[in-house]
Amino acid sequence: MQLTASRLLMSHLIALAVFALVTLALVPLIYSSGGIANHDIQRYGKYLCWAALAVSLNLLWGYTGLLCLGQCVFFGLGGYAFGMYLMLNVGVDQVYKTALPDFMDFLGYTELPAHWKPFESFGFAVGAVIWVPGVMALIFGFLAFRSRITGVYFAIMTQALTYVAWILFLRNEFTFGGNNGFTDFKKILGANLYSHPHTSTNGKELLFFILSALLLIVTILLMIALTRTRFGKIQRAIRDSENRVRFSGYCTENFKLFIFTLAAIIAGIAGALWLPQAGGINGDVFLPRESLWVVVWVAVGGRGTIWGPVIGAILISALKSWAQREYENTWIIILGGVFLIIVLFLPGGISSLGKKLLGWIRICRSRTENFITNRKKKVDPNGDGEETLQ
Amino acid sequence: MKQITKTLKYIRCATFNSILAATVIGLAACGKSSENTTTNNTVGGSTGETVKVGVLHSLSGTMAISETSLRDVLLFTFDEINAGGGVMGKMIEPVVADGASDWPNFAEKAKQLLLDDKVSVTFGCWTSVSRKHVLPVFERNKGLLFYPVQYEGEEMSPNIFYTAEALNQQAIPAVDYLLAAGKKKFYLVGTDYIYPQTTNLVLFQYLRSKGIAEEDIGGGLRKEGNKTIGAGKYTPFSHTDYQAIVAEIANFSAGGDACVINTINGDSNVPFFKEFAASGLTAEDCPVVSFSVSEDEFRSLPTKDLVGHLGCWTYFMSLDTPANNKFTKSFASWLADTDVTGIKKEDRVTCSPMVLSYNGVYLWKKAVEKAGTFDPTAVMKALEEGISFDGPAGPVTSQKNHHLTKNVYIGETRSDGQFKVVKSFEKVYGEPFLEGTFK
Repeated sequence: MQLTASRLLMSHLIALAVFALVTLALVPLIYSSGGIANHDIQRYGKYLCWAALAVSLNLLWGYTGLLCLGQCVFFGLGGYAFGMYLMLNVGVDQVYKTALPDFMDFLGYTELPAHWKPFESFGFAVGAVIWVPGVMALIFGFLAFRSRITGVYFAIMTQALTYVAWILFLRNEFTFGGNNGFTDFKKILGANLYSHPHTSTNGKELLFFILSALLLIVTILLMIALTRTRFGKIQRAIRDSENRVRFSGYCTENFKLFIFTLAAIIAGIAGALWLPQAGGINGDVFLPRESLWVVVWVAVGGRGTIWGPVIGAILISALKSWAQREYENTWIIILGGVFLIIVLFLPGGISSLGKKLLGWIRICRSRTENFITNRKKKVDPNGDGEETLQ
Repeated sequence: MKQITKTLKYIRCATFNSILAATVIGLAACGKSSENTTTNNTVGGSTGETVKVGVLHSLSGTMAISETSLRDVLLFTFDEINAGGGVMGKMIEPVVADGASDWPNFAEKAKQLLLDDKVSVTFGCWTSVSRKHVLPVFERNKGLLFYPVQYEGEEMSPNIFYTAEALNQQAIPAVDYLLAAGKKKFYLVGTDYIYPQTTNLVLFQYLRSKGIAEEDIGGGLRKEGNKTIGAGKYTPFSHTDYQAIVAEIANFSAGGDACVINTINGDSNVPFFKEFAASGLTAEDCPVVSFSVSEDEFRSLPTKDLVGHLGCWTYFMSLDTPANNKFTKSFASWLADTDVTGIKKEDRVTCSPMVLSYNGVYLWKKAVEKAGTFDPTAVMKALEEGISFDGPAGPVTSQKNHHLTKNVYIGETRSDGQFKVVKSFEKVYGEPFLEGTFK
């Protein structure tokens, strides 16, 4: 048993090393030789952030049995927190030529609202990316878990949470740009955020890709570590039978609260790294639709596996982005078809493909063997050519 | 022995998975780089016999119901132009991308249209938020976007041409008409986002400048010190309960001479007009003028509840002019013949955003011919110098401020989902910056 576990660990670490080599060395190398365009590296960076978001949901749904239908609340909060810093660094190069973001001039503000002021500091904004989603999850989780809300009720509560956030962030009085949200970022720490091909200014596209890759690598390392610790065992025990864990003397609420908060923080950082690569955010990031995509990525990739959510998020997003251009009228049907095929033939997700193939090969082999032995014995009791397996 | 086989199996699975994950990015990167080396594009997106033109609308999601019509009319216009010999001898080759009602996705698709397909011009966007998301993309890469839908103004990007109605080509003429009809009280109601907020703030300032007292402007005011920074009543998107608001309107209009300025967006208009009709209010004693309800929206609205209420646009399908009759006829026969997948053929109408898309393509064609090049910067310069086109709703002329001079019409809703034109304003100059200009 010990051997299996350590071999498994080795294979995960090798895989992670391959992944790190590709994202931290190969892609930057091709990029700097001009092989990847700026907008493509931004797109890959977005996929990596979504993969980290999917891993954070897998931590909840796959390993703890908490289906969260509002994971994008934390992703969005992280994005907004970082977006506030970026909006305050747009400078006076806007329609209204004031230091305030345009939408505030638009709505008649003459000075920065008090809660916006600290976000002029880069450090504060980065901190807020972590603690805002964290505190939000802590409060929501505390109330939900203390009331022992579980299963489908928990899923509904999180969906309601994201709906509330959606309505709130679309309101102009909420001072976060209303429906237009945050767009047109220009600078970060005084440097240009984006490359301008016509003035040959270089931006920070590669930096954000690397940061996204690092975030994903760290979260995967965390997942590998969690599956091997005692904590991880309790976590999975909660998923499989929470009452037994509780009666064994563990306070399951505290475990769940910790994991929920941790997943929210990962989602928040993913959101903050995603924002400059996506180029804008508005309240629609809190639409239930967005959080459901994350559930789809995890389910399609393979729930409860280390690599499943990563594969799901990257493959589905890449497929969607490609099909929206090549088959703009039918991409929904193509995507839906892929989901159906996976649900029907690979219920464990894409990551179970390897295992499944081995299984199929074994079945084929045993069937052929059976068939051959039956032929030899000339036993065919039903007379229909179908072999009967004992 | 069994243990070892099992272990090997695990290793195979895990390694398989991770290699799959890692190669996706690598493959995508390599695929892209080989693509980049094989493509050899000339400036401005015109290669050989064709010129690439981008179409960026939502063909799926919440905005699809409105935006697919614009995609359809654009494809029709391209075919019409190609049948007449193309633009400077080059056939238009449309590149259609689905924005999917997902705003960051609009930005991603805009980048791909500009940098991968290298389109000369893009026609697209409906919502302000989608325009705000693609604006930096077009500015950074010196592209050219034609934007066709009525909007709040307060913007003039060097890389966007707004064929859209500015506020003074829709809201102000509508209020002028109502003032002339003897209305003295105005109730403002809308969906809570930037277009209704700005429209109502501008209208508040305009009404005050016309001598309407603050208490005769309904819906509530938001003040900072002595300055009014917001006016009107707002509901969230997809709001359904309009009982309290309609009751307030009934009270407000009790003295007579009242009207409602409606900037409610999308499906919320259904419960609003149902409630309005149910409360006994009629178009005679309190007309509602809507800025977001065109012929195309009647597909999803209870038309009978809207009869007699007003609309204000720079085009109505019912305009009885030779140019409009020709336009609606050729669009209908194009629809009947087209084999493009996903185009609805029955019960189709034309509306203002569609005609503004149509006008945009012809203005671009004329500007390209005037500039003698497909280069977006030169084309924009030609547009700034003034290009005229006789569209279905009369002549339109491009202005230096990237907007259009065009005719404005006020129409009364008929039971068949069309408008009866009751008033027209000729050649109204499009003015995007209105806030704070009325004293």
